[in-house]
Amino acid sequence: MDTLPVAAGDAADPLTPAQLRELYSLMVAVRHLDASAIAWQRQGIIPGYAPELGQEAAQVGSGYAVDTTRDFVFPTYREMGVARTMGVDMVAYMATHKASWHGGLYDPVKSRLAPIQAVVAGSVLHAVGWAHGQTLAGAADGKLGVALTYFGDGASSQGDVHEALNFAAVMKAPVVFFVQNNGWAISVPTERQVAGGSVAARAAGYGMPALQIDGDDVVAVVEATRRAFAHARAGNGPVLIEAMTYRRGPHSTSDDPGRYRSLDEERDGAGADPLERFRQRLLAEGIADEAFFAEALAAAKAEEELIRTGIQGLDSRPGTEMFDLVFQETTPVLQGQATNWREESEHV
Amino acid sequence: MSNSMLTTEAAVNGPVTTTVMSMQQALNRALDEVLAENPKALIFGEDCGRLGGVFRITDGLQAKHGEQRVFDTPLAESGILGMSVGLAMAGFHPIPEVQFDGFAYPAINQIVCQMARMNYRSRGTMPMPITLRVPSFGGIRAPEHHGESLEALFAHVPGLKVVSPSNPHEAYHLLKYAATRPDPVIFMEPKSRYWQKGEVDTASHDPAGGSPTGAKVMREGRHLTLVAWGAMVARCLQVAELAAEDGIDVEVLDLRWLKPIDAAALAVSVRKTRRAVVVHEAPLTSGLGAEVAQLITQGCFDTLKAPVERVTGFDVPYPSGDLEDEYIPNIDRILFGIQRVLEYKRG
Ligand SMILES: Cc1ncc(C[n+]2csc(CCOP(=O)(O)OP(=O)(O)O)c2C)c(N)n1
Repeated sequence: MDTLPVAAGDAADPLTPAQLRELYSLMVAVRHLDASAIAWQRQGIIPGYAPELGQEAAQVGSGYAVDTTRDFVFPTYREMGVARTMGVDMVAYMATHKASWHGGLYDPVKSRLAPIQAVVAGSVLHAVGWAHGQTLAGAADGKLGVALTYFGDGASSQGDVHEALNFAAVMKAPVVFFVQNNGWAISVPTERQVAGGSVAARAAGYGMPALQIDGDDVVAVVEATRRAFAHARAGNGPVLIEAMTYRRGPHSTSDDPGRYRSLDEERDGAGADPLERFRQRLLAEGIADEAFFAEALAAAKAEEELIRTGIQGLDSRPGTEMFDLVFQETTPVLQGQATNWREESEHV
Repeated sequence: MSNSMLTTEAAVNGPVTTTVMSMQQALNRALDEVLAENPKALIFGEDCGRLGGVFRITDGLQAKHGEQRVFDTPLAESGILGMSVGLAMAGFHPIPEVQFDGFAYPAINQIVCQMARMNYRSRGTMPMPITLRVPSFGGIRAPEHHGESLEALFAHVPGLKVVSPSNPHEAYHLLKYAATRPDPVIFMEPKSRYWQKGEVDTASHDPAGGSPTGAKVMREGRHLTLVAWGAMVARCLQVAELAAEDGIDVEVLDLRWLKPIDAAALAVSVRKTRRAVVVHEAPLTSGLGAEVAQLITQGCFDTLKAPVERVTGFDVPYPSGDLEDEYIPNIDRILFGIQRVLEYKRG
């Protein structure tokens, strides 16, 4: 489905060979880090993680369209690939999975990535508010900052998502709703989750253009996201993108997919591996060779090692932060509790 | 996992009805029996059908009772609770689940404005026999919103009843009892205790003949009463053992019902010990500890030797796993609380 008017300008420019190679390097880095994070959980380095195996194209491709000088991104708990693509400090990102601090330890204001969100659909309305703020701030059309908000097919069932779509459309807010339809919401398949089977189809009811795309084709994802950004940036209002992909692994490191789908179903549902697909394409088009792929993998491994060392080196946050960070202006009662806590727990 | 049958004193008087099981198994069995006994009972929520719930509390129930009676819903808590209200209006007995405590918040509108008021609004013609199961409290190093203590919030709402079991035996009986009531009950399951095993006597809730709606003395003591519920009961029993080594004889009262609170049982216990400490995981301010302290003050003012103490979580968002042990009342902090009431001197 494609109800988005064709954009003029940069959005239509084809990706250069250097950009295509960069996309591949990003996808390898994300794939490798994702697999490593699962291993870290098994080794007891982190208590939990939400894998994204198979969603690399959707995440890298969409994150690649973000202009971190003016746009802002609202992730869920599964957007490691987006964060990596945007250049977020990955040790600070992973800190949330290490249980150091809810939301992660990166600076969301500087990195343009809102704190990691554990409530399904929790930040979709925030994206609309932020985007409307761009309109209110009076940037010229064509220069608006755009909010990019992520959610899943499961999250699309939340009332907040419907309110967000309606608000955004009514206010013509520059926001891109990026749905990763990975086929599952924990154990519930899309057909038992989304009436009609398509989130993109709903956009029409809100008078909003939508694209349903192959979320496993990184180039298609970049192009679609760029078009959506151009539309929103120009002051034409929101766009919904539904990237069709597949969650190849478990929902989280504590999930057992064997209870709700068979290995055969997994194989049939997953289709071709997005990373392998892209690699074949780059080879066929003569854009990259085996040496390049080997180099990209080596870089990913080196990076993973740095991140792992960083995470292992992370100490627990000092307990006083528990009290210090509740308010900008603390209260006497809270200060009293902090004092008692120090006396009884730190014996000072 | 097979349940081993134990020989207990009950065997002298009749058939053995005591089985060792985990709280997860006890809850599962209770739900199974409720479905079998009440054709109007329905279980639904996110992932509780085929998967059997992320904590496996509804494991196997869909296979046994069918997809009409045990089903997965879309991912929408407001939808789950709002639909429960409508089903209750149609004469059903919904037993919905919200997956984790923090995800009850998106349903608060339906719980507070609708479920809790429909009986009142309809002048008693539309009862709301709904048992909302909420895996509750922290202690499992879970991500944000996967460990919260909402009891004060629910207890504050007119029209809701709130209960929390502390062990498998209580879980089995309290859930069976709650699920047959004509009013909405919020059933707060201490998720850190799900895999803890204990003896469950399926024949009788309370061999001592106590009421299923009351508080329960879990350990007798003379010097002071620790009042707790849910996961904190086990910790208080541990503290009582440690205190006994110092010659302090602690009584542990499991409140069980957080609304209505058994004020009579509080008075009986504290009139005996003359001192009390309330322990809860939830933040201090406007927490249930304040309510309990007031009920004790009212029932025991003339005999109290010290003001009622509270040992609680802090007025901070429930922290990430690394700071969880700093937040949840630990043994030391409870012992400090005990010390404060024991050493209290009148000004
Ligand atoms: C409001 C809310 N309810 C329940 C949950 C528990 N939960 C976490 S992820 C999830 C499934 C989400 O599925 P989907 O939106 O499709 O995203 P995916 O996890 O597949 O990326 C559920 C039920 C939650 N995090 N937030």
